[in-house]
Amino acid sequence: MVQIRTDRGSDRASAATGAQRRPAVPRVGRERPNSGNFELYSWYFFRISGLLLILLAITHVVIMHVVNTVDEIDFDFVADRWSSPFWRSFDWLMLVLALLHGLNGARIAIDDYVRPRGWRIFAYSVLWSVAIIFLIIGSIAIVTFNPAAAVGR
Amino acid sequence: MVSNYRGYRPPQGMVSWALHRLAGLGVLVFLLLHIVDIFAVGYGPEAFNELLFIYRHPVFRVGELILVAGLYYHALNGVRIILVDFWSQGWKYERQMFQAVIALFLLTFIPTALLMLRPLF
Ligand code: HEM
Repeated sequence: MVQIRTDRGSDRASAATGAQRRPAVPRVGRERPNSGNFELYSWYFFRISGLLLILLAITHVVIMHVVNTVDEIDFDFVADRWSSPFWRSFDWLMLVLALLHGLNGARIAIDDYVRPRGWRIFAYSVLWSVAIIFLIIGSIAIVTFNPAAAVGR
Repeated sequence: MVSNYRGYRPPQGMVSWALHRLAGLGVLVFLLLHIVDIFAVGYGPEAFNELLFIYRHPVFRVGELILVAGLYYHALNGVRIILVDFWSQGWKYERQMFQAVIALFLLTFIPTALLMLRPLF
């Protein structure tokens, strides 16, 4: 039977300079960028917005998909919720944080996968345009909603 | 004699990372769709209620479950990433914390899914 020693091999080969060998610690996420620029802010923003989104997005899911179901949600349901400034603010904060957090993640994925220069410029342009357009239409939807005017349409 | 050969295996941490990225991008795609449909609320009950057939369609009900599963996993694994980054002992327990993520995911998602499917029962 063929035996392959999995506990050495490649590790040995990469350990050309034994002293510099990194400890066998797996990494998750991104290591904190060590310069005080956009990447560092992005790194902190992921973590802070992520913690806030636990509260916002999970509460939203529980109210909209578990306590109620999509069978109950309609225009009147939304109008009722948005009669409260609290829920409007809640929804707007969630909109902004989820969009920026998610699109910032998409930016990192583009960074990883889209290599040719022209395509990168194109992909980043689409990304920033989507960010601006969706922030605007989302904010218009939440902030300017007026049931009386909408019913009259 | 037992062979040491274990075949092709993802390196430690890769599965959790790939799922995290997939779930994050998946939720983002849904978020963009959702912003468009909520924009229709401003056009009054007829316009908005007519659109809602999408969400009540059986295919979307399955999509809805996948969406919630993705969000739960991403949120739990996000906490694990943050713990590894900020808790000085975190790196020692990455594996155990991943197992905790899976356990908590099952513990939270299964009741959620059963409640979401209650119209079927
Ligand atoms: C519910 C609470 C959430 C938590 C705790 C959370 C946490 C995190 C963390 C810690 C990262 C890693 C950032 C890094 O690699 O430096 C991340 C990445 C990401 N998140 Fe979230 N997040 C949450 C919600 C969301 C939502 C709602 C979306 C979608 C709209 C989203 C989309 C993404 C994407 C696309 C990435 C990038 C993945 C990658 O680069 O591989 N997240 N999140």
